[in-house]
Amino acid sequence: MSMQTEPFYLNIGPQHPSTHGVFRLRVQLDGEVVTDVDPIVGYLHRGIEKLAETRTYTQIIPLTDRLDYLASMTDNVAYCHAVEKLAGIKVPERAEYIRIILSELMRINSHMMAVGFFLNDCGAFFTPVLYMWREREKTLDIFDMVCGQRLLYNYMRVGGVSQDVPEDFLPAVKKFVAEMPRYIGEYNQLIKENEIFLARSKGVGILPRQTAIDIGASGPVLRASGVKWDVRKQDPYSLYERFDFEVPTGDTGDCYDRYWVRIQEMQQSLRIIEQALAQMPDKGPICADVPQFFRPPKGEAYGYIEAPKGNLGFYIVSDGSIAPYRLHIYPPTLINITALKDMVVGWKVADLIIIFGSMDVVLGEIDR
Amino acid sequence: MTVALNTEETGKKIAEAVPGSVVSTDKGWLLIDSKALTQVASFLKDTPGMDFDYLTVVTGVDYLDYFELVYRVVSMKNNQSITLKVRLFTREDPVVASVTPIWRAAYYQEREIFDLLGIKFEGHPYLKRLLLWEGFNGYPLRRDYL
Repeated sequence: MSMQTEPFYLNIGPQHPSTHGVFRLRVQLDGEVVTDVDPIVGYLHRGIEKLAETRTYTQIIPLTDRLDYLASMTDNVAYCHAVEKLAGIKVPERAEYIRIILSELMRINSHMMAVGFFLNDCGAFFTPVLYMWREREKTLDIFDMVCGQRLLYNYMRVGGVSQDVPEDFLPAVKKFVAEMPRYIGEYNQLIKENEIFLARSKGVGILPRQTAIDIGASGPVLRASGVKWDVRKQDPYSLYERFDFEVPTGDTGDCYDRYWVRIQEMQQSLRIIEQALAQMPDKGPICADVPQFFRPPKGEAYGYIEAPKGNLGFYIVSDGSIAPYRLHIYPPTLINITALKDMVVGWKVADLIIIFGSMDVVLGEIDR
Repeated sequence: MTVALNTEETGKKIAEAVPGSVVSTDKGWLLIDSKALTQVASFLKDTPGMDFDYLTVVTGVDYLDYFELVYRVVSMKNNQSITLKVRLFTREDPVVASVTPIWRAAYYQEREIFDLLGIKFEGHPYLKRLLLWEGFNGYPLRRDYL
């Protein structure tokens, strides 16, 4: 006798600690096995693209902070980079180095959050997060030093940065760069060879190389699947061609690879910061001469950078007025979750949480 | 460096493969006839030597006279990029073929354009509003909304 069964629907979120924000997953289950998943987003939609149409180019910078709020500095950089591309503004060298140092610190900061909360999803409840936060606090102190903010910086300006770095900035960064490798070693000691962690993450939620390219994935999610694609290498913006660094990739594209790529990227970021500190000019202008109500020429531009979570782009259409005619944000994490269904079908609910955690999504960016 | 392909040369190649598809070329982009979009997309993806397999940004702009859709595609193998544009001249019920069957990267972006600009994508596997709720009145990213 065969049993007649009906699929069971489970709503995970929008208020759920492991959805990393207000994300809702409508999961179809067969017993405990996931058979279908439908991500439902939009709970944090603030209409930033529409708001931007009524603001001047400088007033948009604080809006970009609220996209990926765990990596606001790179959001600022991406937006300013796009506007500079649109208007053909040349950024002074010192400002470029400040941007690079802060972007790479932001990358380390964001990856620490990603790894910490990924471990949290695996069941290591808040111990790894607090280890990560110990060092994250130090990067936040550095950001606090340059702009007086810990989370939403509003530090970049079109053409450079808003103010020069204080005297104690460089010693603080040097100290951080010197100390950090020891802490990364400590994370590896605690996490990398932990048997429970390996059993839960190795071979789980595989994103095949071809699927990753098809869905347009970017950032650590793409590189973990074995695609050596990093905007800093493939299409260098700012001064990235001056630095010597590797692009770490994974082999299988499972949750473990996504974790391991992030750890290696932190080390590469430290290398970039070290070189940037050595090359940075001591004096010089920190912002190009851009008027406050500046009007870029008519036209359009698409500027993009390698943000911690992937390829973050801004498409701007200018009609020659003080506000953009259209501003579109290309959010890496929204594109990355296109593959969520491929990755979770056939796995259990507990694995779904891990796979979703390993993708490192931030809802401010998905919903905009 | 990701090199933006010379649009004139590429436009000629595309026009040879799909006659009548290229409306005009500009320094930065190719304007494609909306009816030929999927053919051009498959040509760019499948032709050896082109290999445009990595779709990045898809977005729509409302110019009041027409809607413009922008597709930026990258070839990972050759490290080249190309920007395609499509114009739709109706405000009531604009429809264009979906490129999601060719490039899955368009899945959420087309849903978003449908949600915020009200452009329908024929052949999209799951065309539902993305950010706003079902039953929301109007399309906020249109320039005549508010």
